[in-house]
Amino acid sequence: MHTRLIRLVALFTLACAAGLCPAQDTKPDKSAPTKRLIVGFSQVGAESAWRTAETKSIKDEAAKRNIDLKFSDAQGKQANQLRAIKSFVAQRVDAIILAPVVETGWDEALMEAKKAKIPIILVDRGVTVDDSTTYATLIASDFIEEGRMAAKWLVEKTGGKAVVVELQGTTGAAPALDRQQGFMEVLSKNRGIRLVKTQSADFTRAKGKEVMEAFLKAKGDEITAVYAHNDDMALGAIQAIEEAGKKPGKDILVVSIDGVRAAFEAMVEGKLNATVECNPLLGPMAFDTIEKIKRGETVPKFIKQQDKLFDQSTAKDELPKRRY
Amino acid sequence: MSAKQTTTARLLSSTAPLAVLVLVFLAAWLTTPNFAEITLREGRFFGAVIDILQNGSIVCLLAIGMTLVIAAGFIDLSVGSVMALSGAAAALVLTSPLQSAPLAICAGLAVGAACGVVNGALVRFIGLPPIIATLVWLIACRGIAQTITDDQKVRFVSPKFEHLANGSLFGLPLPLLLVALIGASAVFLVRRCTAGLQIRGLGASPTAAAYCAVPVTRITLTVFGICGACAGLAGMIAAADIKEADVATCGQYLELDAILAVVLGGTPLRGGRANIIGSLLGALSMQTISTTMQMRGVPAEHTLLIKGAFIIVATLVQSPALRPRLARIFLRRAA
Repeated sequence: MHTRLIRLVALFTLACAAGLCPAQDTKPDKSAPTKRLIVGFSQVGAESAWRTAETKSIKDEAAKRNIDLKFSDAQGKQANQLRAIKSFVAQRVDAIILAPVVETGWDEALMEAKKAKIPIILVDRGVTVDDSTTYATLIASDFIEEGRMAAKWLVEKTGGKAVVVELQGTTGAAPALDRQQGFMEVLSKNRGIRLVKTQSADFTRAKGKEVMEAFLKAKGDEITAVYAHNDDMALGAIQAIEEAGKKPGKDILVVSIDGVRAAFEAMVEGKLNATVECNPLLGPMAFDTIEKIKRGETVPKFIKQQDKLFDQSTAKDELPKRRY
Repeated sequence: MSAKQTTTARLLSSTAPLAVLVLVFLAAWLTTPNFAEITLREGRFFGAVIDILQNGSIVCLLAIGMTLVIAAGFIDLSVGSVMALSGAAAALVLTSPLQSAPLAICAGLAVGAACGVVNGALVRFIGLPPIIATLVWLIACRGIAQTITDDQKVRFVSPKFEHLANGSLFGLPLPLLLVALIGASAVFLVRRCTAGLQIRGLGASPTAAAYCAVPVTRITLTVFGICGACAGLAGMIAAADIKEADVATCGQYLELDAILAVVLGGTPLRGGRANIIGSLLGALSMQTISTTMQMRGVPAEHTLLIKGAFIIVATLVQSPALRPRLARIFLRRAA
C-alpha cells in the first residue's frame, strides 16, 4: 500500500514536471483605461523562425500603438486555440487575431465570437467555415501566387528549357498544395520545363537533403533546377548538390519560397538563385485593419500580403535588413 | 512437429532478416534505374547504396541500443527526443565561446547516457513501467531541448564536428563505420560477456534472474545508459548532417522506426533474446524502401501505405505462429 502511494506521488510529480509549461493564461486586466484597445492573439506556436518573426511583429506593433495584447501560444494544438478564443470572448476583448493551425473545426468558436460582436482577424492561413461572416477578414500571402512567381522566374532564367525536381512541403498542408498548384499552372503553359520528380520533404532541411540525394542518384546529370516549397528544404538540397560534386546555383539552379535570413546568406554565397518572400511581418497591417473595423469602415474579406521575389542581384542589399 | 521441421523453422528465423533485406534490395535494383550504380568521387564512394548506409545509420544506432533494452525486457520510447536534446546540447557547446568539437561530442554523449540512466532509475527505483517512464522522458526531453534553445534552430560552423556525419574513411561514410564498430561491440557484449548473458536472463525472467544473483540494478541502468548514449550519438550525427540542431523535428517518430527495426530483426518484444545484426538488417531494409521511393518519386501520399504493407508482410513471414506452417510448405516444395 505504502509503496503504491509513493509510486503515485512520484508519477504525479513527474507528470507535473513534464507538463510544467506555463499555461499562459490571460487574465482580464481591469485596471486598463477604458479607451485602450484590448486584442487577443492566438498563435500556432514557435515552430520556425518565420513564425517567431510573425509573433514578434504583432507584439511589437501592439506595443507601439499602446494596444493591450493578450498573447496565447497554442503549441501546435487546435484545442488550445479554441480554448484561447473562448477565454478572449469571456474577457470581452475588442478583437481577436487568430493564426489557425488547421483549416476546419472553427465554426462553433467563431460563431461565439461573432455573437459577442468581437471581430476575428485571421492571419497567414484561411479557415473553412459554413458561415463566412463569422470572421472579419483574412490577412495572408497568396501561396498560389508564390508558386507562380517561382515558376515564372525559372521560365525567364532558363529561357523556358529546364529539367526540374520539386521538394514539396508536408503532405496535405495548405502552403504545400497551393505552392505546387501555382507552379504547375505556369509549367502547363511552358512545355519546355519538365518536372521529372516530386516528393514530400516535410519542410525540413534534413529531409530536403535526403530527398535531393535520392533525386540526384536517380536522375543524375539530367537535373538542371530545383524548386523547393520552403527555404529550409532548399538549403538541405544545396548541401546534397555540393556533396554530389556539383555547384548549386550554377550547375543546378535552386529557387524556393519564404525569404528567411539563411536563404539570403545562401544567395550572397551564390548557392541559391532566388526566393519568393512570404512576409511574416503582418503586425502593422493587422492592427490597421482592426482600427478600421473599430471606426466602422468595411474591410475586404481577403487582404493579400504583397510578396516579392528576391534574386542574387538584390540579396546583398537586402541581407542586413533581414530580421528573421 | 518433426525434428526436420524444427530445424527448418529455426533456419528460417535466423536468416529471415537477411532474406528480407536481400529481397528488398533485389526489388529496388530491378525496378529503379541507377540504383546499384556506385562511383568514386573525390576519394569517397557515391551512390544510392551508400546513401542508404549513411542515412540509415541513425536508425541503426537507435536500433542497437533498443535491441539491448528490449532483450532485457524493457522498452525505450524516449530515444527520438533524446536525439533532439543531445544534438541541441552539442550545438550549444559549438556555438559557445569554447567551440570545441571533441567537447561537444562528449557533451552530447553524456547528455544521452544521462537521459538513459534516468530512464533506468525511474524503472528500477520508482517501479514505473518502462513504457510510462520513457514516455514521460519522450515529452520532457524535447521540452528541455526546446527550452535551452529558445525553440530556435541552432546553426553552427564546425568542420570537425560535421565530419561526424559527412566525413569518410577508406571512401566509406564515417557514420557507417561508427555503426559497424558499435554494432560489433554490442554483439561481443551479448554473445561473449557475462553481462550479455545477464541482460538476456533478466529479459527472459526477472524473478529467476534475481534468484541467480544477476545484478538487476546495474544491468537495468547499463542497458538504458547504452541506449541513451546511442541515441545521443545519433542525434549528433543528425545535427552534423545539416549543420544545425533542429529541436522541433529532430528524431521525431524515430523511436517507432527503431522498435520496428528490432522486431524485423527477429528480437522478440517480450525480451530474453538479442539479435543485434538482425536489427541492423531490419533498419537497413526500411531505409532501402524509403530511399527507393524517394528515387522513384512515389507520390507522398502513397509512401506510408507502402511502408506499412512491407512491415506487415515482413513481420508475418517471421511470426512464430506462421513460421512452422511456412516451414511445412517450404519442405513440401523441396520434397
